[in-house]
Amino acid sequence: MTLVHAAGHLMNAQLDPQAGEILRRGVERLGIEVVTGARTTEILGKHTVTGIKLADGRHIPCDVVVVAAGIRANVEVAEASGLEVERGVVVDDQMRCLDEPDIYAVGECVQHRGQTYGLVAPLWDQARVLADHITGRNPQAAYHGSRVATKLKVAGVDVAAMGLKEPEREDDETLVFSERKKGVYKSVIIRDGRLVGATLIGDVRKVAFLMQAFDRGLPLPEERLELMFDLGAPPAEVSAAELADDAQVCNCNGVSKGMITACVADGVKTVTGVVDQTRAGKGCGTCKGLVAQIVEWAAGGAIEEDPAASWYVPGVPIPKPELMRVIRERGLKSVSAVFATLAPGGEEDARSKMGLASLLKMMWDDEYVDERDARFINDRVHANIQRDGTFSVVPQMKGGVTTPAQLRRIADVADKYGVPMVKLTGGQRIDLLGVPKEKLPEIWADLDMPSGYAYGKSFRTVKTCVGSEFCRFGVGDSTALGIAIEERYQGVEGPGKMKLAVTGCPRNCAEAYVKDLGVVAIDGGKWEIYVGGAAGAHVRKGDLLATVDSADEVITLTGRFLQYYRENANWLERTYAFVPRVGIERIRRIVVDDSDGIAADLDAAMARAVAAYRDPWRERAAPVTPGQFRPSLPLIEQPRVPAAGSPQREA
Amino acid sequence: MAGMTTGHRLGPLDDIPVGEGRAYAVGDLKIAVFRLRDGGVRAVSAVCPHAGGPLADGLIDRRLVVCPLHQHTFDLSTGCSTTGQPPLTVYPVRVDADDQLVLEI
Repeated sequence: MTLVHAAGHLMNAQLDPQAGEILRRGVERLGIEVVTGARTTEILGKHTVTGIKLADGRHIPCDVVVVAAGIRANVEVAEASGLEVERGVVVDDQMRCLDEPDIYAVGECVQHRGQTYGLVAPLWDQARVLADHITGRNPQAAYHGSRVATKLKVAGVDVAAMGLKEPEREDDETLVFSERKKGVYKSVIIRDGRLVGATLIGDVRKVAFLMQAFDRGLPLPEERLELMFDLGAPPAEVSAAELADDAQVCNCNGVSKGMITACVADGVKTVTGVVDQTRAGKGCGTCKGLVAQIVEWAAGGAIEEDPAASWYVPGVPIPKPELMRVIRERGLKSVSAVFATLAPGGEEDARSKMGLASLLKMMWDDEYVDERDARFINDRVHANIQRDGTFSVVPQMKGGVTTPAQLRRIADVADKYGVPMVKLTGGQRIDLLGVPKEKLPEIWADLDMPSGYAYGKSFRTVKTCVGSEFCRFGVGDSTALGIAIEERYQGVEGPGKMKLAVTGCPRNCAEAYVKDLGVVAIDGGKWEIYVGGAAGAHVRKGDLLATVDSADEVITLTGRFLQYYRENANWLERTYAFVPRVGIERIRRIVVDDSDGIAADLDAAMARAVAAYRDPWRERAAPVTPGQFRPSLPLIEQPRVPAAGSPQREA
Repeated sequence: MAGMTTGHRLGPLDDIPVGEGRAYAVGDLKIAVFRLRDGGVRAVSAVCPHAGGPLADGLIDRRLVVCPLHQHTFDLSTGCSTTGQPPLTVYPVRVDADDQLVLEI
């Protein structure tokens, strides 16, 4: 890669030649060739780019040309409208266009006191003045121009620059520190005792301090060296405290120190909380360190770790292992009991219900007190809600293997109910889409097939490829094993969905490497088990858990691993996050080698879950709750039987 | 509270399981009525302003309802959204002496 720059040194608008040279070395360290004083005159090549030609005749070969063209003010509309335009639309200190008191302009299209701005911070300043005018909050507000400071990373090198880059007058004071080997350069320019320019490369720790001095024209320390180095004084904490309230900390989003401290005073004691509310640090992110320092300082050092990170659900402030212990100790068997006993103020929290329901069902099996109102709608009606309030119906098709009779039944049901869309799923079964809620029990009755559990945080499917039953490459009976696994673990709920696959040889046609648990038949009658894979928004190849000799061992280890996952993963944590978090070695030790002696307990717990399985579609016989399948949209007014009391009542 | 409102009987309170919501049509209005675990009842417009989701199917607690489609949340007493959406209309609803739900509009 070659960086071609027209001027004599890089960032010539902000940096002096010495600083530009230091930056150049930093860039070259990345393996990028830098050519300066090079004006490009031609791009060469007929059908594709072959290179560029420079004014001095040099020829640089290349395959791709990326042009950084900068910006020019967009003044077409203004010009056509007869407004005064030079390099930009000319405005006064109140952001009004010249001779047009009813027209305002702000932004990169604007020229103010001869200056145009291409950075965001001055535009915030202009917008503030404009807002004060048009809201009438401060008709005296005036914009005097912005003192431009840049703070950014260029090819991994920290660069900060503000004001003058070089001394202009005889009596301008300058200090320059240059350590070429380390790629560090610092210079300050002082005029009449005020900072009028500063440049930092490689080490930008003093930038907050310098920007404040630059912006506010503060008096400077007698010992000028203190502008560049912390001489014996404590560094970072001091600057967070010293910063004035109106000092701008985040340039991208215009957030001042005062706004951050106000947020903390309001009760937000985590860095992520402050960032969410003020948006400081959500632009380029270079100020995040300083934001964190200010939050810590404003919170008196009592910064909180983001609680959501360790709690199992947001409404109960307890991490999962501790939560399970307390639930067991106190015999809390319903979601409402957990809220009443463990939530702050005993308050229910709608967003915590699903996770708690899943946890309690897993812990108590048949003893779980199933409060239906704690179930998400999908789990109340055993179908997947669609965008229009209808539902999708996916009957079980174990291992992706079906029969003509099943297909005929599905086809008949689709016809009878006028199902708008019949589609094959990634899990190798058939989906009937667009089913109104009130039709669900009838459809289940007509299908007479068990639920495919395509809608819950639970065991989903076992994809298979044909395997040794028919495939000429198959070295294991993947379909039989896949069906056996799905038969055993159907419907087991968990902190996240569990998608499995069994493939008949390492060609992996069933994509077993990217499943929560994937089984691969290998030569010699053996099976490899992989865990923690994913192929959705996140893609991850699973880690090898074990290689075993029989299908029975696969089934046992599958159950044991899934149980370990159910007990230890956080709510909505898929295995692709859980496995690397715990570590495959540790998981292998516990699940395969039984290093913690809990294998028998895990097996027993899973066996209880298996025994507690009930096909939820049998609820078609009688609804569990009143109006369980009553439509929520669209609604038709029911004819009202005239009641004993008339509809006209006094308030 | 006297004056222009009319009481509409929606049906028995027990038509709504505790902690859940059910949807009713009243004239042109589509209304979701929720039965809170503390015995209270709330009524709001049934259609989520975000993308038309069925609010009666949402999870609730004493304060909020969560739309099942995209998890937008609304205060059941004020109708205000806590996730930046336009507010719901809130309707006065009560349970009468015969355990019937009565909506005042």
